[in-house]
Amino acid sequence: MTGTLRKILVPTAAMIIFLILWEALVWVMGWPNYKMASPSDLIPAYERYWELFLIMGWQTLWRTVLGLLLAIIVGTAIGMIMGFSRTMRDALYPLLVGFNAIPKATVVPIVALMFVGAHDFNTVLIAFMISFFPIAVSVSIGLSTLEPEYRDILRSLGASQTTIFWKIALPKTLPEFFGALKVSVTLAFIGTNLMEIVSPHGRGLGALFDSGKTNSDYPLMFAVLIALALLGIVLYYVVVALEKVFAGWAERQPG
Amino acid sequence: MENLIDIKGVRHAYDTAAGKLPVLDGLEVSVKEGGFCAVVGPSGCGKSTLTRLIAGLMHPDEGEVWLHGEQVKGPRSTVGMAFQNPVLLEWRTILQNVMLPLEIVPGGLKGKAAVERAESLLALVGLEGFEDKRPSELSGGMRQRASLCRALVHQPDVLILDEPFGALDAFTREDLWQTMHEVKAKEPFTAVLITHDLRESIFLGDQVVVLSGRPARTQYVMEITRDGPPKLDDLYTPEASERLATLRHQIEIAQGRAEEGVSA
Ligand SMILES: Nc1ncnc2c1ncn2[C@@H]1O[C@H](COP(=O)(O)OP(=O)(O)OP(=O)(O)O)[C@@H](O)[C@H]1O
Ligand SMILES: [Mg+2]
Repeated sequence: MTGTLRKILVPTAAMIIFLILWEALVWVMGWPNYKMASPSDLIPAYERYWELFLIMGWQTLWRTVLGLLLAIIVGTAIGMIMGFSRTMRDALYPLLVGFNAIPKATVVPIVALMFVGAHDFNTVLIAFMISFFPIAVSVSIGLSTLEPEYRDILRSLGASQTTIFWKIALPKTLPEFFGALKVSVTLAFIGTNLMEIVSPHGRGLGALFDSGKTNSDYPLMFAVLIALALLGIVLYYVVVALEKVFAGWAERQPG
Repeated sequence: MENLIDIKGVRHAYDTAAGKLPVLDGLEVSVKEGGFCAVVGPSGCGKSTLTRLIAGLMHPDEGEVWLHGEQVKGPRSTVGMAFQNPVLLEWRTILQNVMLPLEIVPGGLKGKAAVERAESLLALVGLEGFEDKRPSELSGGMRQRASLCRALVHQPDVLILDEPFGALDAFTREDLWQTMHEVKAKEPFTAVLITHDLRESIFLGDQVVVLSGRPARTQYVMEITRDGPPKLDDLYTPEASERLATLRHQIEIAQGRAEEGVSA
């Protein structure tokens, strides 16, 4: 088997086996679809609502990506401030940890009340709040653990802090940054859906899930879950692809 | 001849949690243009601090550092540095690593001229054909050679070497000593080499400075005269043994194990 073929075939086979086992489990246990829908129940749900799935999926996608972009910008900025200044690190770290410790499920209703009706804004805000922490921490650690010799090589030539950042500190931090981004993309996605499920008359896959619940359309709810999983996989692998492009050098050649 | 490096009465103490830590105390070092000054001294006595002062990376509490008749106030692009850790950038090829200083120093070579300069240095240290490799694909000795090229690429007047061969095995180290002499014959520079290896100090240096234990002062200076091109065999002559014994004795004094005046 060639490498690329293998990379596609193996996960596909795993997924098909997973679906078959799921179908078999529901059939053997004799569960009705309100307890546990089976894959064969989902096909009619997708057929009936495919247009909604596309519209809502797009909503969820762009809100997640926007929230994540904000998290990257703000997280990197906070990480840089903490990475370069010891004082700022000592000052900000406990605040950040405390903020991150608050379960976001409790923040969701507060934000929903604060900005009633501003669905897009609320959702992006939660996606951002839940996902910037790993980025801030990884950037700050990457910068503060830079061996002094790396700095000295450029500093002894009269290079400015900005030059040192662009030429050495930033690229050296990229592997850690992408490690954090893989965590953040999943978190942002969770944040988006939390908000979408809670917002009344909201949009996005989370809202579709909620409408399935109110209408007791159980196959629809499961269909949304699968759609979410697919979207999550796509987002994750986009980050993996970006990592290959920008930090591929950090990957050790096997053998 | 004019002294290229002059260190006059330098005193320095670090601020630490436990209070002031005096590291340098009345340090005097002079290196003439084209000279090669090897500095030895007990571990932790302040040798790296000395290199940071010469490079203008920090200022002494007291005393003066002069390069080329100018007092050092901050970093200057006429300095090249190499450390025990070669600190090559993994996301750049060897050639791109060597060219890094040219991107920083004002008036550095650009484009094709920069590539040619870096390639000729790599060839000089025996790294021809490795230009496009990543640092992780090279052995420790080869990485140190590349790091040396990077320190020299912008034609610095002063080369500061802080134990560059310290982490290498004995044979690789001796190879690099010879490379060092070959490079020195082609590229004019004035060098300060920090080392823990007394044989290295007399093979490479034309002056060996022994620092006392912390806080370091200049304890002893040995002038090395050499006739003809340096050979590794020179290290096994009676003259070399005598020099090594003298230096060994000075180090013991520096470590506080021997009293001055008591013969070794
Ligand atoms: N930035 C700093 N702050 C506080 N103390 C420091 C700092 N840098 C070095 N020191 C201390 O100053 C002393 C001299 O350090 P330095 O690195 O100059 O010694 P060294 O002779 O190069 O040591 P080695 O032989 O281990 O390379 C050491 O005790 C070290 O712990
Ligand atoms: Mg040192």
